[in-house]
Amino acid sequence: MQQEPSEPPWSPFRFQDQPERRRRHHHRHRYPWRDDPGWQDRPEGDARPDWGSRFRRRGHGDGNPLRRDPEDRIAGGVAAGIGTWRGFSPITVRIACVVAALVTQGWGVPLYFIGWLVIPVRGSTTSIAAKARHDSQGVALAVGLASLLAVFLLLAGVLNDGSIQVYCWPQVVSVACLTLIWRNAPEDEKAGMRHLVAPLESLGGGGDNVRRGTKLRFVVSAVLLIAGIGVLVGLHAGLTLLAPLGGFLLVVAAIVVLLGPWWLRIARDLLFERQARARAEERADMAARVHDSVLQTLALIQRSADDPQTVVQLARAQERELRSWLFEGRAPGDTEVTSFAEGIKEIQRDVEARHGTPVEVVTVGDCPLDEHLSALLAAAREATVNAAKWSGASVISLFAEVEPDKVEVAVRDRGSGFDLYSVPADRKGVAESIRGRMLRHGGKATVQSTLGEGTKVTLTMARGLAPAGPAAADGRRR
Amino acid sequence: MSAADGGGKSAPRVVLVDDHGLFRSGVRAELGRQVEVVGEADDVAPAIELIGRELPDVVLLDVHLPGGGGHAVITEVKKEHPEVRFLALSASDAPEDVIAVIRAGARGYVTKTISTAELADAIRRVAGGDAVFSHRLAGFVLDAFATAPAAADVRPSFDPELDQLTTREREVLRLIAQGYTYKEVARELFISVKTVESHVSSVLRKLQLSSRHQLTRWAAERRLT
Repeated sequence: MQQEPSEPPWSPFRFQDQPERRRRHHHRHRYPWRDDPGWQDRPEGDARPDWGSRFRRRGHGDGNPLRRDPEDRIAGGVAAGIGTWRGFSPITVRIACVVAALVTQGWGVPLYFIGWLVIPVRGSTTSIAAKARHDSQGVALAVGLASLLAVFLLLAGVLNDGSIQVYCWPQVVSVACLTLIWRNAPEDEKAGMRHLVAPLESLGGGGDNVRRGTKLRFVVSAVLLIAGIGVLVGLHAGLTLLAPLGGFLLVVAAIVVLLGPWWLRIARDLLFERQARARAEERADMAARVHDSVLQTLALIQRSADDPQTVVQLARAQERELRSWLFEGRAPGDTEVTSFAEGIKEIQRDVEARHGTPVEVVTVGDCPLDEHLSALLAAAREATVNAAKWSGASVISLFAEVEPDKVEVAVRDRGSGFDLYSVPADRKGVAESIRGRMLRHGGKATVQSTLGEGTKVTLTMARGLAPAGPAAADGRRR
Repeated sequence: MSAADGGGKSAPRVVLVDDHGLFRSGVRAELGRQVEVVGEADDVAPAIELIGRELPDVVLLDVHLPGGGGHAVITEVKKEHPEVRFLALSASDAPEDVIAVIRAGARGYVTKTISTAELADAIRRVAGGDAVFSHRLAGFVLDAFATAPAAADVRPSFDPELDQLTTREREVLRLIAQGYTYKEVARELFISVKTVESHVSSVLRKLQLSSRHQLTRWAAERRLT
C-alpha cells in the first residue's frame, strides 16, 4: 500500500548563507551522535546525547526536509525531527519544548501535537493530517471529546477559580489532535504509542508491573483525594456555595483513577474471551468441513488414480465446493439460486459435473433474478453445454457482467469452431434455441465462430424490461 | 522495458516464495529451463533476506504466507530494492488478498491452476515490466470499478482519473476476463499488443494508486457475503 516517496511536499528548507557548510556535512553520517557506543542500548525514554559531539552538529541541519523521526522518539518524534532538520540535539529541542510549554501556559503542548499531525514521518510524504482529513468519524470523535473537555473545564471554572485552568484550556486542542493521531497514525507508530502508554495500562494489573502500577495509582488517587478534601474543607465556609462541587469532582476523579483501569480491563477481557470462543468454534467447524469433503475427495482421488478424467473431475468439484464455502459462505449442497451470479455458478457446476470440461467463470456485479434473466441463464447454459459437447476445447470461459442498464454473458471456447453457414441440422436447432429464447425476451445473441480457432457466443439482455420485477432495483450485491 | 516482446533475452532469474514445499518443487520442475530459479523461500523473513541477496528479475510470490502474507514481503523489499518485480500467485482468489498484494506493488496476479506455458509467459512479461492480469483479477477489477460510487464512497483522489477506468480499459479487461490472451485482445479490438499492454499497465497503476475507498470496502464485502 505504501508507495515509494516520489516528491517531497515542500522543498527542503536550507540556510541560504551556509552553502559550503551544508555540502560538507551532507555526506557525513546523518546521526553523528549515534556512533557513540552504547547509544542504542539506552532505553528510548532517557536517551542522553553525547555532549561532546553536540557542539559539532549544532546549527546546521542535514539538508533534508523536515520529517518526524520514527526511531528516536518519545512521543511523535517531532522534537527529534526538528533536531535533525536544524542540526540540534534532540534533547536540546525537547528541553526547549518543555520550557516553551510552561512559558506559553500550556499552548506549547497542542502545538506539539499539531506538529505531529502535519509533519510526515521520515520515509513518507503524507502526513497524518492528510489521512485524518478523510476520517470523518475521527473528526467527529475529536470534536466530541474536545467539547466534552471544554464543558468540563467550563464547569470546573464556574466552581472554582483555579489557575490550573489556564494550563488546561489548550489541552482541548491537544485532545482533538491526539484523537486524530490515534485513529490515523500508521500501525508502527501506533505500536510506539502503545508502548508509551504501557506503564499507565499496567496500572490495571497483569504481569510483574502489578505492584508498581498499583502503588503509583494509589499515590495519584491519594493526591487527588487529599486535594479534593482540602478544597471541600477549605472552601465550604467560603464565598461560593458551589465551590464544594469542585472538590467533589476531584474526589470522583480520584475514584476513576483508582478503579478505571480495572473496569477497562474487565471489559476488554470479556471481549477477548468472546473472540476466543468464536475462533474455537470456527476452527472446529472448519475441521469438520475439511474432513467431510476434502479428505473424502482425496481418498476418492487416490482410489481412481489411474483414471485422469475422473481425478480432474473430482478435483474440480472439490475445488468449487471449497471455494464457494470459503469465499461465498455457502454450505455444500446449498443450491438455491436467487441471484444472477449464483445462476452462472450453477451452470459451471452442472457442466463440469456432467461433461467434465472445466469452466472458468468470471462474474462482475450481480442482481436478483427475474424471468428475463432466467431465460438468459438458460440460453447461457445451452451455449456452455454446446461448447463442452462439441468444441473439444480443454476449457470453456464463461463471463457474465451485470451493468446498470444491461446484462451480458459471453461463452467462449478455443475449440474446433464451426462454419456458421454449414452447421449440421441438430446444432442449428440448438443455436436457434439460444437465439430464439433471447429474442423472445427482448435480448440479443451473437455467435462468432472460426474453424480451428473456437467459438464465442455473446448474449445481451437489457435490464428492467416489461414486468418490472425487483431486478430493476439496483445492481449492488446483497 | 522493451524486453517484453523479445523472446531472445536470457531466461529471467526467479525466486520462488511459497510455503508449500510441494508446490515449489512442482513449479521448479515444470518451469525447468524456461526460467532460472535462483532460490526458494517459505516465509516472509527468509524471503526478504533471500531477495535482498539475489536481486532476481521476478519474484513468484504466494499471496498467503504464514508470517504476514505476500504483501509484507513486497512492502519490505520495495523499500530497499524498488526495481525487483513481483508476480503474485494464489490458490485462494479472496479479493481482499489479491487487492492487498497488487496495491503493495505486485506487477501481476495469476492463479495456481495456470498452465506452465502461461506461467512462464507471465514471468517473462513481468520481467519485461508489463502487468499480468489473470482472468479472475480482470473480473475483480471490473467489479471494483464498476458501480458508480455513491457519494459517501468517494474519497477524493489527488487525481480523479485514478478512480475510474476508461472505456478502452474496460473493453480490454472484459476480454481478458473471458480468457483472451493479449494477442487475441489486440486482434479483437484492432489495436497492437503494445497498446494492450499499456492499457493493462495503466489499469494496474490505477489499482495501486486509487484512493477509492470503495476498492477496499468492496474487497472486504466480497469476503463477507
